Amino acid sequence: MTTITKILTAFTVVVGIFQPGCTCSRAAENIKLDGSSTVYVISEAIAEEFQKQHSGNISIGISGTGGGFKKLCSGRVEIIGASRSIKESEKKLCEENQVGATEFEVAFDGIVVAVNHENKWLNNISVSTLKKLFEPSAEGKILKWSDLDPSFPEKKIEIFAPGVSSGTYDYFTSAITGVEHASRGDMTTSEDDNVLVHGVFSNVDSIGFFSFAYYLENQQKLKALAVIDDTKPGTQAVMPSKQSIHDKTYRPLSRPVFIYANQKMLNQSAAKFLRFFIEQSSKIADDVGFIPLTLEDQKRSLDKLVQ
Amino acid sequence: MKTAKPFKRGLKERILEWLMEAVLALCGFASVLVTIGVLYVLLSKTWAFFQVVPLADFFLDTVWTPLFATKRFGIWALVAGSLLVTFVAMITAAPLGILAAIYMSEFAKPQFRKFVKPLLELLAGIPTVVYGYFALTIVTPLLMKVWPSLNSFNALSPGLVMGFMLVPTISSLCEDAIYKTPRYLKEAAYSLGARKLTTIFLVILPYARSTIIAAIFLGFARAIGETMIVSIAAGLKPNFTMDVREPIQTMTAYIVQVSMGDTPQQSIEYLTIFAVGAMLFLITFAFHSSSKFILRNKFKIRHKKKRPRIL
Repeated sequence: MTTITKILTAFTVVVGIFQPGCTCSRAAENIKLDGSSTVYVISEAIAEEFQKQHSGNISIGISGTGGGFKKLCSGRVEIIGASRSIKESEKKLCEENQVGATEFEVAFDGIVVAVNHENKWLNNISVSTLKKLFEPSAEGKILKWSDLDPSFPEKKIEIFAPGVSSGTYDYFTSAITGVEHASRGDMTTSEDDNVLVHGVFSNVDSIGFFSFAYYLENQQKLKALAVIDDTKPGTQAVMPSKQSIHDKTYRPLSRPVFIYANQKMLNQSAAKFLRFFIEQSSKIADDVGFIPLTLEDQKRSLDKLVQ
Repeated sequence: MKTAKPFKRGLKERILEWLMEAVLALCGFASVLVTIGVLYVLLSKTWAFFQVVPLADFFLDTVWTPLFATKRFGIWALVAGSLLVTFVAMITAAPLGILAAIYMSEFAKPQFRKFVKPLLELLAGIPTVVYGYFALTIVTPLLMKVWPSLNSFNALSPGLVMGFMLVPTISSLCEDAIYKTPRYLKEAAYSLGARKLTTIFLVILPYARSTIIAAIFLGFARAIGETMIVSIAAGLKPNFTMDVREPIQTMTAYIVQVSMGDTPQQSIEYLTIFAVGAMLFLITFAFHSSSKFILRNKFKIRHKKKRPRIL
């Protein structure tokens, strides 16, 4: 007998031995959450709170906002977190699969532009300067601070930005350069916001942006810049703070974060969880570094719930 | 006198033996099958990549920005990053490894050796993620004190740390080669009045040189494939530079970055990691085979020589 046949036979035997048994799931009602890593912080805290008070097994995955929509619209999960609104292409996918996706605002988040503490030449930055620094045509051209403004020192700029699959990057690029996903490519990007904080903290000539929650945790290490929205006349420099994000004066870098639910598919405990999520979101958001919704915004979210 | 009864195998034994042989063959072929599978996936996806991106864009450019709106696919930015870190690592690891091997085999007292050797080998057992954070949080700040123009993410610090990680790999191979130097060569040198250092540098090291070179090549192949240390401490910025102070991105770190995010499958961004993987595979393969080639040739040379070399 040839070696090949021997191998095949042995392989069959080995596979036969390790044939997995039935992994039948328990009848308990499972609630599956997925989506954005930004919203994960809130979802996790709320899920913990929910499990203390009610029964129900909640599992939370992270696959990013884009990945989350894909799962929601193909009917694999019922609730996802999203750090931006649904895109047209994603809406289409939902419609094709006859999945309804209802949007609920859960909190506000700000994007903080920060520099090193040693940076003495910048206290605020305008949207047009940010655009000049981040737009695709800046690549290979705006390399020193003096390229941005002749009065700045002639030192190399180190840029730290969130990874291109994050909602924060999506939102920042669309708010600053006007086109989602359009930015220069010669910068350090990382999906891990701690890397960005470390980079800005330890590099005198650096600038970076990340979500407000990470700034709050590292306030002593970084210097946040006030942002001037000079696309509209007569606006002042506004520092990022819970207050300025809450009352929407910190523009254009504040954004709502959402959860999306497929309400048709919710089982009883998932529906209960969804209501709990929206009711509790403002309290919990504040604890984990987000900015709670205004009361009317929250009421608007609650009204969308199917009774 | 009785003749021994010829041993007759029963059916059970025959089946058992056949089965054992088959299982052993399967074990032997497992790694081959895995290699073929990996190669198949790598090459088919790389093929798909080059259907979209022309070869010239890949090989004749030095800017790598496939994830951004203005996509450019100059692989040399990542290759330069990998080579730069590897170069720093080898400059650290090769002399340290060889000198450590000389000390261990020729100078260290047996008692001391017994104590130090396991410690040295422990270096190879530390998880690379620990090395990564060691480079980022301890080595880089120290280096920045000495060299203020150093970036907080740079090629130097992970290179140095990786160099230390590779010392045991290189030193244990070199040590074996030094031990294998025939006694008569050493004694011939001593009898001619050579001192210990002279013997080491003019007799032992030349004798062991092909193994030493092979050890360095092996270290090189490991350094270029190292992922965790550079992902953590070298920065994530594709940078066509030979300046060790700059943040860079290696081929391996790029693959990690893309596969951790939620890049849609079949998109061109997703396919880039296979093209980068294929490039990395080519480089490592070249180094592995050349080290094999050197080792094989060593034996040829040795057998050809009729008498010991006179120094």
